[in-house]
Amino acid sequence: MITADRKPFDEIYAMTEGHDRVLVAGCDTCVAICMTGGEKEAEILASEIAIKAKQEGRELTVEHTAAIRQCEWEYLDTIADTVGGFPLVLSMGCGIGIQAMAERFAPKLVMPAVNTNMLGLPQEHAVWLERCIACGDCVLGLTAGVCPVVRCAKSLMNGPCGGAHDDGLCEVVGKDGEPIECAWVLIWERLKAQDREELMFAYRPPKDWSSSSSGGPRKMVREDAMPV
Amino acid sequence: MTFEPEIIVFACHYCAYAAADLAGSMRLQYPSNVRMIKLPCTGKLEVIHVLKAIEAGADGVYAAGCLEGQCHYLEGNLWARKRIAHAKRLLAEVGVDPERVDMFTMSSAMGPEFAQTARDFTERIRRLGPVPVRPRDGFEPAEAVQEGAQT
Repeated sequence: MITADRKPFDEIYAMTEGHDRVLVAGCDTCVAICMTGGEKEAEILASEIAIKAKQEGRELTVEHTAAIRQCEWEYLDTIADTVGGFPLVLSMGCGIGIQAMAERFAPKLVMPAVNTNMLGLPQEHAVWLERCIACGDCVLGLTAGVCPVVRCAKSLMNGPCGGAHDDGLCEVVGKDGEPIECAWVLIWERLKAQDREELMFAYRPPKDWSSSSSGGPRKMVREDAMPV
Repeated sequence: MTFEPEIIVFACHYCAYAAADLAGSMRLQYPSNVRMIKLPCTGKLEVIHVLKAIEAGADGVYAAGCLEGQCHYLEGNLWARKRIAHAKRLLAEVGVDPERVDMFTMSSAMGPEFAQTARDFTERIRRLGPVPVRPRDGFEPAEAVQEGAQT
């Protein structure tokens, strides 16, 4: 699932400067699941902006809406009429949703109210961990379902470095100050449980990074699914 | 002239609302500044209800739920406590004193405590002064919040 964090309020509020009508547009799919940018959060942000504006004696109309998915043209059609009435839209969708809104409603000003941060797995309620960077050349079959690209701090592809501690933790501490598990220890333990340890010793050619995100936007085409 | 704040109370049906009833039966005085909105449980309270009350011009808002461990729905009051804490954070970032919002717990037998809480909170808000949010003309916070809660 795509996860996002709301931008700091002051940064969002600064975007509204010079406008008297603002629409906060939520997206009811990924960012709603991570409780950042769904309709509920859009309404909260709209209310916060309204409270701030009223304190400043500023005439500002703030409304909110939400599309089921901002990243689908069809769903954007459902909010087109509402969006039409506002010169500024603060999108709470992920980076894809924000871009789709900006393109669908161009040249209207569509500004981001969230920072899209990762493809995460809900580890427990209200906690998400990054599990994929969409590198385009999946190695999970060789690594017992643990991604070394994203879960190893160095994205090592051929086993652990010298920084794996005896307790299975990485020498690198997570950005939140919490310890992170060594991906290669996890891989080794699970390969052992699967009786597939030999995979650790098998020769692997260098990973094909040409399918990753550098080198321009990637494109996927399914000829078989194209309209006739 | 003394400032008379308008305070919205989100009261749980099983405790605070009954405690208010009891306070009335006991002929206890408490300020008419508090406007009660009955909820089936404070777990029904959403952050947006608190923000909308402030946005509409309420000077203070508090949730009154069951004593911890005694929620009719097990942990609705604990959720309310978290949501009130979140609403305080959001209000702080938009420049509204988070002291204007709070959460209290009581049982249905605590009529005197209900009245005392209402007096104390009213005094606190009176000290803080009017909410620096300009209410719209003819806009009644209590009605606005109730309408919002019904939608």
